[in-house]
Amino acid sequence: MSVRAESAHVSIDGRGRSHALAEALFRFRELGIVLALVIVVTVTAIHNTNFVSKTSLQQLLSGAAIIAILAIGETIVIITRNVDLSIGSILGISAYAVGVTFENHPHVWIPWVFVIGLAVGLAFGVVNGLIVTLFRVPSLVVTLGTLYIIRGIDGRWAGGHQVGASALPDRFTNIGYGTVLGVPYLGIAAIAAVAVATYAMRSFRTARDFYAIGSNPDAARLAGIPVERRVFLAFALSGAIAGVAGAFWLSLYGSVDAIAGQGYEFQVIAAVVVGGVAIFGGSGTVLGAALGALLLNTIDSALIVLNVSSAWSSAIAGALLLAAIAFDRLLSARIAPALRTRRSTRG
Amino acid sequence: MADRLRPLLRWEAGLILLLIGTIVYGNNASQYFLTSGNVFFILLNVGEVAIMALPLTLIVVTGEIDLSVGAILGLSGVVMGELFMHGHGLWWSMAGALAVGAVAGAFNGLLITRLGLPSLAVTIGTLTLYRGIAQGILPTATIQVSKPPYSDIGVIPIRGTQIPWSFAFFAVLAVIFGVVLHATPLGRRIFAIGAGQEAARFAGIRVRRVKFWLYVLSGLLSGFCGILFTLRFSSARYDSGIGLELFVVTIVLLGGVSIFGGRGTIIGVVLAVLVLGCLQTAMTQALISPQEQNIVIGALLILSVVVPNLPGIYGRARLRWRSIMARRHASEAAEA
Repeated sequence: MSVRAESAHVSIDGRGRSHALAEALFRFRELGIVLALVIVVTVTAIHNTNFVSKTSLQQLLSGAAIIAILAIGETIVIITRNVDLSIGSILGISAYAVGVTFENHPHVWIPWVFVIGLAVGLAFGVVNGLIVTLFRVPSLVVTLGTLYIIRGIDGRWAGGHQVGASALPDRFTNIGYGTVLGVPYLGIAAIAAVAVATYAMRSFRTARDFYAIGSNPDAARLAGIPVERRVFLAFALSGAIAGVAGAFWLSLYGSVDAIAGQGYEFQVIAAVVVGGVAIFGGSGTVLGAALGALLLNTIDSALIVLNVSSAWSSAIAGALLLAAIAFDRLLSARIAPALRTRRSTRG
Repeated sequence: MADRLRPLLRWEAGLILLLIGTIVYGNNASQYFLTSGNVFFILLNVGEVAIMALPLTLIVVTGEIDLSVGAILGLSGVVMGELFMHGHGLWWSMAGALAVGAVAGAFNGLLITRLGLPSLAVTIGTLTLYRGIAQGILPTATIQVSKPPYSDIGVIPIRGTQIPWSFAFFAVLAVIFGVVLHATPLGRRIFAIGAGQEAARFAGIRVRRVKFWLYVLSGLLSGFCGILFTLRFSSARYDSGIGLELFVVTIVLLGGVSIFGGRGTIIGVVLAVLVLGCLQTAMTQALISPQEQNIVIGALLILSVVVPNLPGIYGRARLRWRSIMARRHASEAAEA
């Protein structure tokens, strides 16, 4: 099975020094992000105590929640050694679909709009998945194409029209602004989604297939895993999740036009990779990706407080992404010999 | 040999048909489509993406990808604008833009060849990084860059013709790239790397060195396109050339270069440049908005990787159908 550092905790059962090493390194990654978070928050808070004020933290958590939810789907796709560049466009078009629904049916039952968002996202995810698996073409090219195709459809549909906050009922925008015991609803939704996804990715056989495919697609096929069906499922899930995220996005930002969510794909991929999901597939966790999203959003907010122009946030996200993949490469170069020793002594 | 060339010839024949179809469509969209003034605009619009497609062709032939070309264009344009604004001459500003492009390309190359990182992840990262640096330097403002007569090369044709300077540069570069790729040892090495990296290494080809310099070249020419882009609009902005990677990648793959590496021709890429240039201008003259044009370009991108795979799909489907039929016959025989 997978011998990559980050998934070593699940695939290595036993004893030995190398196991302890792998375990420590795995924990190190998620602990490392938490540590980085603590440092960023502390330094910024010393500079300006308003940074840890209630409203500031709530805003931070809500913004990170959207990216974290998107990161769940992207994590699944990247684990299968694919990539989905179209999620920003899917988020945009499903947010617009939800907005238009409210314009035409102001009294629609709120859960319905989430179903609409999900359905729109699922439809595009299915298209991505079908093209990738049926024609056996690289997902990079397919989703680069659908990134612009979906955005174009959105533009054609919306034209210059914008669904404003006045069209959205308070019951809906409350989801974006409301809190329970000081924690925003969006934060709770993201935490719940990450918890469910974490459990599913550890326990379900289908989810373990994702890891197997990403570790070695040929071996997975020989092992009897229906590779095409699983990859298709990964894209469908990613689309559906981006669709639901679109509904949440609208509840947070309160208005939507044809460019909603533009460029989100790069933020999400940065979060996922910083969170320890290997870009070569086969390893990583949803929890790590969500922590990565939280870290990137915290840095964004910290920049504003520290009076660094927020224009630099995208440069920092890119630099962190590169640092993360470089770090992973160096780490796996270190750990590979240790794991090899383990296998040879056992077998 | 003739057998091996046949699929390529067919692909390029298809491109010529597509080009003719696009011209017919353009002619229907506007009666001025084939006038000399319009041809100037067709070539002007496609100049920068055409130049950036050439080094990307070589990179894709080696089996790698570079998504950061549009971001390098933007960054080097911003650097050029800043230098110009701070009183350095136009020539120094252009040199600065070229240097930034080369350094950005070298950084890509170092990460990919020295650390062995996947080019897809690296160039998604540097796409965000370079565009982010450009945004950090020049968040919202626009810098005017204009110093006639030199800066006119962005907007006027070569004297006595209707050919814009950017396209003339592309034509010269295309000949050089074509010769290098198809008629020199270096070109054979590039194909060999794409066909099988390990085998190429054992054959004594310095895989990492070739790839590194291809990325430097890609960065350098993207910086050059940053200059052309800045001169064409007489201004530098951080978001210049945002999303151009779609067009550049589409040109390369539509040109018949295999995304898996090892196959492709410069002539195919030149034809794809013409198809895309005509298509873009024709759609603009048919009053199709840029966003809707992206639907067509995106579909073209997906089709150019799907179409070469169709025979394989047909083969698999036929195999499956046969096994189903065989099973049915077997069960019928068993029942009888």
